[in-house]
Amino acid sequence: MSFPNLTPLQPDQQQLAQQLGAAVNPDQATWLSGFFAGIGFAGNGGDINPAAGLAASVEKQSMTILYGSESGNAEKLAGDMKKAAEKANFKARIVNMADAKPVDLKKADNLLVIVSTWGEGDPPDSATSYYEAFMSDAMPQLPNLKYSVCALGDTSYEHFCKIGKDFDERLSKLGGERVYDRADCDVDYEETFKSWLSGALGAFPQAEAVAAVAATSTAPAALVYDKKNPYEAEILEKIVLNGTGSDKETLHVEISLEGSGLTYEPGDSLGVYPENRAADIDAILAATGLTANAKLGDTTLAEALKRDFDITTLSPAIAMKYNEIVGNKDLQEVLDEKDRVTFKEWIHGRQLIDLLETYPHKDWSAESFTGILRKLSPRLYSIASSLKKHENEVHLTVAAVRYDTHGRDRIGVCSCYLADDVAVGEKVRVFFHSNKNFRLPENNETPIIMVGPGTGIAPFRAFVEERSADSATGKNWLFFGDQHFSYDFLYQLEWLDYLEDGSLTELTTAFSRDQKEKIYVQHRLLERGAEIWQWLEEGACFYVCGDASKMAKDVHQALIDITVAHGGKSADEAKAYVDALRKEKRYQRDVY
Amino acid sequence: MTTLGKSANEGIKDASQYLRGTILEGLANTATGSLSKDDQQLTKFHGIYQQDDRDIRKERRAKKLEPAYSFMIRVRVPGGVSSPQQWLDMDRIAQEHANGAIKLTTRQAFQFHGVIKSNLKKSIAEINEALFDTLAACGDVNRNVMCNPNPMQSKVHGEVLQLATEISDHLSPRTGAYHEIWIDDGTGEKVKVTYDPPRIDDIADPEEPIYGKHYLPRKFKTVIAVPPSNDVDIYAHCLGYIAILEGDDNIVGYNVTVGGGMGMTHGNEDTFPRLADVMGFCTPEQAVTVGEAVVRVQRDFGNRDVRTNARLKYTVERMGLDAFRDEVEKLCGFKLGKPRDFTFEDNGDRYGWIEDHLGNHHYTMFVENGRVRDTDDYPMMTGLREIAKVHEGDFRLTANQNLIISNISPEKKKEIEKLLTEYKMIDSHERSALRLNSMACVALPTCGLALAESQRYLPDLVSELDEVLDDAGLRHDAITIRMTGCPNGCARPYIAEIGFVGRAPGKYNLYLGGGFAGQRLSKLYAPSVKSTDVKTVLTPIIQDYAKNREDGERFGDFTIRAGYVKATEHGHDFHKDLVEPGLAL
Repeated sequence: MSFPNLTPLQPDQQQLAQQLGAAVNPDQATWLSGFFAGIGFAGNGGDINPAAGLAASVEKQSMTILYGSESGNAEKLAGDMKKAAEKANFKARIVNMADAKPVDLKKADNLLVIVSTWGEGDPPDSATSYYEAFMSDAMPQLPNLKYSVCALGDTSYEHFCKIGKDFDERLSKLGGERVYDRADCDVDYEETFKSWLSGALGAFPQAEAVAAVAATSTAPAALVYDKKNPYEAEILEKIVLNGTGSDKETLHVEISLEGSGLTYEPGDSLGVYPENRAADIDAILAATGLTANAKLGDTTLAEALKRDFDITTLSPAIAMKYNEIVGNKDLQEVLDEKDRVTFKEWIHGRQLIDLLETYPHKDWSAESFTGILRKLSPRLYSIASSLKKHENEVHLTVAAVRYDTHGRDRIGVCSCYLADDVAVGEKVRVFFHSNKNFRLPENNETPIIMVGPGTGIAPFRAFVEERSADSATGKNWLFFGDQHFSYDFLYQLEWLDYLEDGSLTELTTAFSRDQKEKIYVQHRLLERGAEIWQWLEEGACFYVCGDASKMAKDVHQALIDITVAHGGKSADEAKAYVDALRKEKRYQRDVY
Repeated sequence: MTTLGKSANEGIKDASQYLRGTILEGLANTATGSLSKDDQQLTKFHGIYQQDDRDIRKERRAKKLEPAYSFMIRVRVPGGVSSPQQWLDMDRIAQEHANGAIKLTTRQAFQFHGVIKSNLKKSIAEINEALFDTLAACGDVNRNVMCNPNPMQSKVHGEVLQLATEISDHLSPRTGAYHEIWIDDGTGEKVKVTYDPPRIDDIADPEEPIYGKHYLPRKFKTVIAVPPSNDVDIYAHCLGYIAILEGDDNIVGYNVTVGGGMGMTHGNEDTFPRLADVMGFCTPEQAVTVGEAVVRVQRDFGNRDVRTNARLKYTVERMGLDAFRDEVEKLCGFKLGKPRDFTFEDNGDRYGWIEDHLGNHHYTMFVENGRVRDTDDYPMMTGLREIAKVHEGDFRLTANQNLIISNISPEKKKEIEKLLTEYKMIDSHERSALRLNSMACVALPTCGLALAESQRYLPDLVSELDEVLDDAGLRHDAITIRMTGCPNGCARPYIAEIGFVGRAPGKYNLYLGGGFAGQRLSKLYAPSVKSTDVKTVLTPIIQDYAKNREDGERFGDFTIRAGYVKATEHGHDFHKDLVEPGLAL
């Protein structure tokens, strides 16, 4: 192999390249050409940057990638989008809704949006202000904008992908040009996302061919464990933390990372792949008339139902898929009803098995039946430990969910998998999920206030362990609550030790059922409002973890009320103050 | 009183600012269910003992939980008399703040168990709203004053109850700590006590004129008995008054007794149970003054260096009765009279219905070990609640942990009787005579002092022994049997005919030979008997008694005559003259 004279390579580099060229086979050479043309090489810090050289002659189009993330999925995917956009020769820039103002969209030409929907159709916590401003009348027109939206959601909720839809419609109303149709992703979003990204990048008027290649090209498999390639970790210890007499069942689970090379930060989550309960699989088999040993691909149906498919969640989407095959008239009638009032009422507290038994159908094949099912998705648990205190271990605090509805005992698939099915010494499939929106302050002297009732205590055990191990000098104030002081005070002895050695400055508790009137953490926050205000004025960070539907809202309101009562602010000023805390990352939430 | 006693509790009292300590701060700490060690000593003066469920200590440690701390609250009920409304209030407090049961104590008090720290203040405030209190129910002060509930003689009962209340009020601590902490949050005015009769003189301590800042060296217990019943066990108490009657219902005065007490320490022969001595006679008008004088002599002469020797019984033992009486008389400014004659017949209760000379009815029901609660087949607590709703008389707690529904008018009797039947209480006393004369303390799992089970075990043991008694034809022969989980003697085991005192889990010292009327201490018959061996050990003695007793001879008397044990003539001989049991134990 010889190089032409206009090569930008220095003589010694030419020599190296020639040596490499001689050493590789044609397949390897093809791969290398893609590698050098592309981008994997861009960040290695060396002097050579062939891509930059290549691109220098072309005026690049900009691409704004706007995300709103709660659990970190949208944030991670935004990173993938940036890489793909750069491969497609865009000058890409990531914008987090948490840190930006929607009016800045006026400066953008090309826009990709990815945003998730939570609870009752709510935006991610950190994107609330952005969303409200974006939807308001004050938003200017965006006539020059080209865009496409990817919505993340969960079909088992009523307002599936609502926020993504809102962005899509609103951008169009503001005069934007939708260059590629919106994608609505369910919890198993990978495929839908990938095809949307490839299509959307190709739809912008730039470098079509490259985009298609870039979005679909697969990077060489890395030797890391992640969601796709979970680590099989051994359970070291399981303890029910609640005392005898409690109505609760909260597990402390210790998991080994020995030899995996895996690490995490306090605030991160651990993804756990559950397996379905044997009794539920049996019930599904009985209701469908399928046999456990039926072949499905290279495994059996029973095995696939155990590990691969969600066999409990029931949503209108599943019911519709189901009835496409089953064609039950009664079911169709309620599915066709306006707003599906009857059906929504019916599915409340019901699961897939109820659908199968109420509208039975026996003419299934393993393929046709599993065709209507969603993939079994992993569950994320906030990590309850610090590596600095527990080398090579990760701990979880898991509430076992068990209840009875419509004459059937129901469980939380993953929590009861951990509680009942995996024993100490057995293995679970896990991966780490980084959460940059829930981090200890970098400054060890910064005081922190942590509000974590119930299993919301988990990340704060990690925080306090980390700060204790670091001998951090910042003050730490923990608010904890649960039902009964005597039975439900999770990790009490550890907190008492931390109080004793000063790692914990204050511990304030609220137990709701020890007396006639219900007392919750927000009541304690208000009682201690003056001191909390003082801590905030000293620069404290305020963290909330746990129930999103009620607790987080009540605590949010308490924070505003405290700002009014002790900061001497009006209601609007207090809202702005709390918003500013959020923007400064001094108010962070991990709620679910 | 110038130098501080060497016993640790003296220092705690000294630093406590009249029983305040850091109790308020401790209550405000929501991270632990416990109070500080020193405060745990001080709360006793407020009627509160910190305890924990010892059954589950290990389990809780594994669950990263501190011990299941809770508090026992003892309600002071002078003379054991409660109105129906007060009964309903206690019932509600038990349901709302405690473990749902009421314990009737061996000293005519109500006791709640399982109250967690966050509910303490509310409970005590509500007890006070019900016009009871918990002040001085425990601690180194004069505790609940008992008197014979005596339904037969209502005039006499009225007088002794009045005296019990006067003594209780007169000897109550005067510190404002109680109200500051429990009633008005430290923000309000000190509440004045309602009854504050003139005292002998004032020591230079306006906050605590009778006790001074160090209170007494040890607990102090006062009772009033009306012969022929010794149900209050007068000889087991520090200070006692034996009513002397002329005619049926005229109290002319009291024989005053001093120096009784049960508690001792295993393995320490300097500690022993002791029966009270009759010190002299006083008129009804002199009774409160004599009581204060006894308290003050104990305050100044009691042992504050060695807590196990601090009770009044050791003071009397050390000074001698005459010297002690001299000090009392010096303070009183008058001489005590010569003791009058009296006779006690027994220390038990008379069960079932009786009618007094005014035509009112009284129903004494058996409450096993004083535990008022509902079980699946015996809804006693509910039944008593229903009765309290309609009852117009009063309830009386007996010293044997039983309950008298008292002063039922002839018109009301049917209604009450119907409720007693409906809730299965009407035949509460149709049990073996042994069970009706049984008594046990709380012990495990909540009492911190317990070495062995007591109230959870004695009922089963009685069932075992009932078989032996049935076979021997003794089902209706009363024998007193008492058990405690430790040697401190809450159920007064050392004056029972059969006494068990816990040494270790499942092991008890067995004492025999106590007097049926509580007039004689027992003697150790066998140490550390395994609970599985008790029946075997007692069976031959019971059979011997059935066969060879003399006419009317009590079991305790028989065991002495037959040589199973020697009689204990005096407390300081309690540990002497043991008869080798000759049994492989």
